[in-house]
Amino acid sequence: MLAPARTERVVSSPARARPAPRTRLALSRRMLTFLQAAPLAAVLIVFLLVPMLVIVVVSFFDYDSVQIIPSFQFTNYTDVLGSAVTWRTYLNTFRYTVIVWAITAVLGFTVAYVLAFEIRSRTAQMVLFLVCTVPFLTSNIIRMISWIPFLGREGLLNSALMKLGLIHQPLEFLLFSDFAVVLAYTHLYALFMVTPIFNTMMRIDRRLLEAALDGGAGWWRTVFEVILPLSKSGLAIGSIFVVTMVMGDFITVRLMSGGQSASVGLMIANQISLLQYPAACANAVVLLAIVLMMIAAILRIVDIRKEL
Amino acid sequence: MTASAIRRALLLGILGLFILFLYGPTLTILVLSFQGPDGGLTFPMNGFSVHWFRRLFETQAVGDFGGSLMRSFSLAAMVMVTTVVVSLAAGMAFRRRFKGSGALFTLSVASLIIPSILVSLGVGLLFNQLGLDPDWYSSAFGAQLTWTLPFGLLIMFAVFNRFNRAWEEAARDQGATPWQSFRHVVLPIITPSVIGIALFGFTLSYDEFARTLLTAGSDNTLPLEIFGMTTSVTTPVLYALGTLTTVFSFVLILGTLVIVRVLAARRA
Repeated sequence: MLAPARTERVVSSPARARPAPRTRLALSRRMLTFLQAAPLAAVLIVFLLVPMLVIVVVSFFDYDSVQIIPSFQFTNYTDVLGSAVTWRTYLNTFRYTVIVWAITAVLGFTVAYVLAFEIRSRTAQMVLFLVCTVPFLTSNIIRMISWIPFLGREGLLNSALMKLGLIHQPLEFLLFSDFAVVLAYTHLYALFMVTPIFNTMMRIDRRLLEAALDGGAGWWRTVFEVILPLSKSGLAIGSIFVVTMVMGDFITVRLMSGGQSASVGLMIANQISLLQYPAACANAVVLLAIVLMMIAAILRIVDIRKEL
Repeated sequence: MTASAIRRALLLGILGLFILFLYGPTLTILVLSFQGPDGGLTFPMNGFSVHWFRRLFETQAVGDFGGSLMRSFSLAAMVMVTTVVVSLAAGMAFRRRFKGSGALFTLSVASLIIPSILVSLGVGLLFNQLGLDPDWYSSAFGAQLTWTLPFGLLIMFAVFNRFNRAWEEAARDQGATPWQSFRHVVLPIITPSVIGIALFGFTLSYDEFARTLLTAGSDNTLPLEIFGMTTSVTTPVLYALGTLTTVFSFVLILGTLVIVRVLAARRA
């Protein structure tokens, strides 16, 4: 692995250096560590922590049709929690989350298993893993749009089914429906399951599988009683990603349901476009609280610390 | 065929279908973007032309394609450089325990899991309350960093978890200053990962939508422009744009992979 030439080069260049003064080192080391961490802390405080505090503060403000008025009242919360529309929207969002989570978990586990254990060549494994992750780095909106020629009334799927004689009229539910929303979520977020589960699986000691097989466990038992428990932390990380992204999404629901379905994110986005910022903020605080509770629940079930 | 051979064939088939599922739709719009001038949003192909790509560059067809592309490109470059420098520095810091390291780590993870629309709303409101005008190079830049920096940091964690400290100790024993050991020992070893962070920073920013929505101010970035088009444009010009940005992303990703390979080959 480590060629001698490299060892030579790596060690020789600093060797020419003049020795560092050791006395000031300890103190300046600590300063250096702080300076190294400071930019990250600054960005996250200014663009994450403070904005979240602003949301909490504004959620207590009053507003009329043109402006927001500093105040301290709970009207926004009572409006949010007292409205049947809110409850229905939350219920719908939970429904999407549960369905998409279940599909991506099964799909992600299966694909990660094939990548990690069925592909024997190391090169093929890395190439296929890259093939499965590259779409993450391309535009989500384009990936959603690309379903239109597939699912539309005159889309590929409908015309194929008609040609095969399986249906006589185009299926209307394919595009602009709950089906399209769930399909798009699966398409966009399955990668977030595959990657962490694959990473966890690659760290499983292969001898355990041999031992299980030698001990007489069949393939199914090996998968469910050896691989699955050992992949739990990857599954948990993927679940956190999928759950938070579906819970907070608005663009997929807007594009793929054709305005026929609602989600909490979309409700917030609509309130923002109507300039009802305090109402949007109250909704945001409720959403954030729920998302954090869901993550806490996942972390209670699975300890992911060894992954970090 | 034995049962295990059948099972293996089935499993490989699932992987194949999954890859088809990932890429199939994108390939469809790639083909459809070459529709003839009279072609529509779905098959059949009505002739074959580059008509819709030409339309893309006429300002009437698309709002402000050139301007939004330039803004997205500049913003992505800014986010890329910042992400590399800041997450590399923070990654180095996290190799030691320091006061507040736990809190900073929690904040970084929170940054990944807080829904994008909330970051967008919060940053937009913050600028609004401070009396500042949101702009792509200020508020949108900061909002996007809350997404790219934690990713960069996690990659750095993965790198340093596998990093052999013996190299640095050897350098120190030879009398290297911390900067020299970083510059001549650590950096050359982690360069491929740093390039990976750069790729993440660029592409995540270039495609970011939700965090930019309420923070970009009056000038749109490309994803915002594309989103606007989805409601108003009903011609294959939409696909031409999709094809163009996807091809651009792929060129970028493949280029990066080639660079990493070449670097690895040179070192071996």
